[in-house]
Amino acid sequence: MARAAVLGRLSWQQGTVSEIHKETAAATSIAIDLPDWSGHLPGQHVDVRLTAADGYSAERSYSIASAPERGRVELTVQRLPDGEVSPYLTETLQPGYPFELRGPIGGWFVWDPASPGPVLLVAGGSGVVPLMSMIRSRAAAGSHAPFQLLYSVRGPADALYAAELAERQRQATGLRIDYVYTRTVPDGWPHPPGRLTAAMLPRADDHEPPAVFVCGPTGFVEAVANLLIQVGHQPGVIKTERFGPSGG
Amino acid sequence: MSIVSPGFSGRRRGDQKLPPGQYLVTDFPVLSAGPTPRVDTGSWQFRVTTETGQVRDWDWAAFRALPDEEITVDIHCVTKWSKLTTHWRGVSVDTLLEQAETSAQYVLARSYGGYTTNLPLADVRDGQAWIAFEYEGKPLAAEHGGPARLLVPHLYFWKSAKWVQGIDLMPTDRPGFWESLGYHNYGDPWREQRYWGD
Repeated sequence: MARAAVLGRLSWQQGTVSEIHKETAAATSIAIDLPDWSGHLPGQHVDVRLTAADGYSAERSYSIASAPERGRVELTVQRLPDGEVSPYLTETLQPGYPFELRGPIGGWFVWDPASPGPVLLVAGGSGVVPLMSMIRSRAAAGSHAPFQLLYSVRGPADALYAAELAERQRQATGLRIDYVYTRTVPDGWPHPPGRLTAAMLPRADDHEPPAVFVCGPTGFVEAVANLLIQVGHQPGVIKTERFGPSGG
Repeated sequence: MSIVSPGFSGRRRGDQKLPPGQYLVTDFPVLSAGPTPRVDTGSWQFRVTTETGQVRDWDWAAFRALPDEEITVDIHCVTKWSKLTTHWRGVSVDTLLEQAETSAQYVLARSYGGYTTNLPLADVRDGQAWIAFEYEGKPLAAEHGGPARLLVPHLYFWKSAKWVQGIDLMPTDRPGFWESLGYHNYGDPWREQRYWGD
């Protein structure tokens, strides 16, 4: 299953931006209509190519945020202050613009919507994007696999998809969402801001340990993976995806 | 033929030679499929296994007693970052294979934590590959593959297996971890061999 989606040659595909939606001050979701797109596995990413009028081009990888769909894919892009590609994607790009990408890429950091077992998702900042694809795919597939998302953000204003996540949790299908605020907490929040600690992580349950997906900046992923091992999760069930400070 | 992205001008770096589709970084990003294995040099072991099952082992002290060299190379990650003029210290794979009797054409590098990657034997011979244990004058950090990693700078960096613990010589090719998951079997950055079919 995981391999099927990466078989064969990954040709560049040309599509059209259909919608642009600002998620936070620094993050934008981009929906692209792609006639030849046949879907993806939740957790996969794409390569995006921008080309200037003189032929100069730049490529970057971005995670897919949407559930698998034919003919359409949605990305969420975090603007990096010194980036070459992300400022264009978050500030210049408009609906109707042409858009070139290839994918889906990556057969490891993926969740199979047919899998009924529990899943623990741990996100740092914009690392939530591929995990959001898993949450949306779970809903689209009508799955009731127990899902927990632990989402570390600087403050409430930096949280991606906050309203949608709250609504999905309210539907009581077995999706639980917990936030960790590292710099600024919402009004009335019972804890001071701080980093994610071992006490916040569910301990590995002896009979059915969850599949674990961790995505975020390198330091976050390193720290969380170590904490997970401390509370009893086996290294072999922990899949990681790391976003460095570089990118673009 | 690419389509033009309206309003995109980009940031050209005409003076630097980068493989196609790569961009320059000055930090050192970390990419791994799972948690970082903690490998103690007290229990570290490196093993070369030939296709006939002949093995040769080195513990850390024996490995560090081998002649080593300084290595200055550019590195290219399939996730598109490149880093120029990086400095390493390591033991040439030629030294480790010196006494291996083999007619194998391929190698599989195996790592602590279970990672594997495959390469043609010719690509790790003749001064093209090292087992590196220092980066920029310091012991190689665990998240970058310490205590020792394979360094094969002329191929995409996933071929430079972190936490390497051995090399198997193989008569026939066998895909490693990423090579089984959609990434190119050979991985030449100058031919942009990122994924299957590239």
